[in-house]
Amino acid sequence: MQILMFGWEFPPFVSGGLGTACFGMTRALTDLGHEIVFVLPRTDGDGKPSHVKLVSASGVAVPDRDLEEPSVFQGLSIRSVDSVLRPYLSKGRYRSLLSGSHGSRFLTITGDYGADLISEVVRYGRVAGVIARERPFDVIHAHDWMTVFAGIEARRISGRPLILHIHALEFDRSGENINQDIYDIERYGLEAADHVIAVSHYTKKTMIERYGIDPEKVTVVHNAVTRREAGGIYRVEKDPLQKVVLFLGRITFQKGPDYFIEAAAKVLQEMPEVTFIMAGAGDMMPRMVERVAELGIGSRFHFAGFLKGDDVERVFVLSDLYIMPSVSEPFGISPLEAMLYDVPVIISRQSGVSEVLQHALKVDFWDVHELAGKIMAVLKYPSLAAEMVERSREELKHIRWEHAAEKILSVYNTCLS
Amino acid sequence: MPALCLYFQVHQPCRLRHYTIFDVNHVHAYEDGGANLEILNKVADQCYLPANRIMLNLIRQHAGQFRIAFSISGILLDQLERHRPDVLESFQALVRTGSVELLCETYYHSLAFLFSLKEFKHQVMLHKKKIQSLFGQTPKTFCHTELIYNNDLAKVVEKMNFKTILAEGADRILAGRSCHALYRPAGCSKLKLLLRDYPFSDDIAFRYSDRKWPEYPLTAGKFAGWLHHTDAADTVINLFMDYETFGEHQSQETGIFDFLKAFPAEILKHPDFCFQTPSEVAATFEPSMSLDIPDFMSWADEDRDLTAWLGNGMQTDAIQTLYKMEPQVYRRNSPQLMDTWRMLQTSDHFYYMCTKWSADGDVHQYFNPYPSPYDAYINYMNILDDFSRQLHKKPSSDKGCNP
Repeated sequence: MQILMFGWEFPPFVSGGLGTACFGMTRALTDLGHEIVFVLPRTDGDGKPSHVKLVSASGVAVPDRDLEEPSVFQGLSIRSVDSVLRPYLSKGRYRSLLSGSHGSRFLTITGDYGADLISEVVRYGRVAGVIARERPFDVIHAHDWMTVFAGIEARRISGRPLILHIHALEFDRSGENINQDIYDIERYGLEAADHVIAVSHYTKKTMIERYGIDPEKVTVVHNAVTRREAGGIYRVEKDPLQKVVLFLGRITFQKGPDYFIEAAAKVLQEMPEVTFIMAGAGDMMPRMVERVAELGIGSRFHFAGFLKGDDVERVFVLSDLYIMPSVSEPFGISPLEAMLYDVPVIISRQSGVSEVLQHALKVDFWDVHELAGKIMAVLKYPSLAAEMVERSREELKHIRWEHAAEKILSVYNTCLS
Repeated sequence: MPALCLYFQVHQPCRLRHYTIFDVNHVHAYEDGGANLEILNKVADQCYLPANRIMLNLIRQHAGQFRIAFSISGILLDQLERHRPDVLESFQALVRTGSVELLCETYYHSLAFLFSLKEFKHQVMLHKKKIQSLFGQTPKTFCHTELIYNNDLAKVVEKMNFKTILAEGADRILAGRSCHALYRPAGCSKLKLLLRDYPFSDDIAFRYSDRKWPEYPLTAGKFAGWLHHTDAADTVINLFMDYETFGEHQSQETGIFDFLKAFPAEILKHPDFCFQTPSEVAATFEPSMSLDIPDFMSWADEDRDLTAWLGNGMQTDAIQTLYKMEPQVYRRNSPQLMDTWRMLQTSDHFYYMCTKWSADGDVHQYFNPYPSPYDAYINYMNILDDFSRQLHKKPSSDKGCNP
């Protein structure tokens, strides 16, 4: 099958879990013999080899041969789109924006998540029509609201079915203070798509309750995790008395970094020798640094900044416990990654990943007392961590992208029949 | 004359309250009184009272031909005395008919035999005395918690003057022999061993309401027919199960009570069949041969071994930590500390920590207060931490705890 995919992230153009998920799922699909053209906002032309054909929507009309990839990544292509700045958008304005740029084949799209994101999304959608005309495909698979216009435009041009894959909704990102434009685009996409894939029952429930989407139209396909190809590169001699507790993710409202800090303070009162690491960046960072200072726990609490590649691996290996205290997490792949490094995890019940994990400890994100108690229990009782790690290894064997790919294919087939 | 031997296990643990590390050194009450009372009331009203009423009617109706056995754990008897004397009275009424045998077990439904022989004997004696004082009957038959059994247990139990012991009729120990015969435990000279017929027992306890089971729906007539057609040379068919099967594991809506009401009459339609209690079976029949069972077995899960309670590192850590406290508990000589230490021995606490996620997983969920085995372990270890601190406090700092 030939699949035209629209996504905002793809390794190495990644800011969070979306790119990681797209990578894992496309590789499983191409391993099954399917071909994927993956359209990114931009690829900077230095895109690493990929199993998909990566297409940059920015500055379109990049000849395919310039993006020839080695065999590991055969089957997928990526492109990028350039964009103009427009802060906000109403449904009517979308049409005028889109028509205003009619005829232009050289849009600039940065792919950054900034104030002008919506106008980028619109320009990206414009280019989608151009790309859709260029090649044959069977289905259109669009990831999250940023690609809604692109998906719909591609369907208009091609008449092929559109599957909208939702990794996060506006309520996950912003709580109750939603951006109405983004909500409108999401709703528009959910209604327009031929079928919707949700990364969890948690997300499906939000679609039904807050967007009024027909449950019959939504299929849940849980994410999975890609195995390390060479595990255990980093062998760290760990002092068993030096316990490290890790938060790794964007430092934003959605990820609940504040709950991590409050729990850390409670733990440090009882176990002053524990070290806490917060890795990541985001708009709540300054406030978090202040809060740590206010609580007077700075000497045991480290901000590691945004980590990439080997540094991520290193910090997992160093850690005794991984915490994901998300306020709202449609899925949350990072606990699965921690488990790959034999790190026990505590996750919030308000997460999609908790639907697939039995051997993780679970807490309500707001229950800092309970979170602190469980952190201490894992650090204090070696049998607990050992059992969680051992069972998690078993559990991870069953959380595979191959299974997710099979479910995605059956969604395609339903739409095609 | 083939005999049908029915034994029902009656037990509810004292569940522990939600106890975090922050409670250590501050909170010394470990039981979840509210939850325990709620569950006790629920089980009493849905199972114990209605089932006892039916049993009493059946015994009267069949003029002594319908005979049954119960083992009621001491920790449940305590709860009934305190909160539901009406239920206790209904059991006493059953015993007064003369058609009911009460068995002996460890008072706290514990695994003490595996860790402390001294403690095991204490708990068995405590239970025996409790049965004598509440029911005026002296138990002659022993059944270990969850039908745990091996040769060593049988030898100890024989020395304690029990005449009969019950165990699981696991395929691996029978090796083609019949569970319908009586056996002599290896190394014993008088004790008689009765083995549970697990396929027939589980037909009622597990499969009765399973709509996917080809035999669904199971009627008393059909089931009695199966029993009537078992090998006539066999002596006894042992149906052992949790009493909570009636009205709780199998809810009233499944028709389980109607099944129970009709069952004895269907069995007795065959003139050769009769009901006998374990002691009566042992008095009627002689052992066919000696049975050597060196390894522990139980009636729990498909594995029928100890792994439901001692199958992972958390379980062994928790239970070993608990039993290591024994000398200190005795040194303190405080009835209150002793009682708490024993309450913490109840096997259910360790059962909740089981991580075998198999077809048996759902059985582990019966009245399970924890969202996961990890939560069960954390809660238990936090409590042990506090209890250990209590034990090591200077006795003078205790208020009203010393005898």
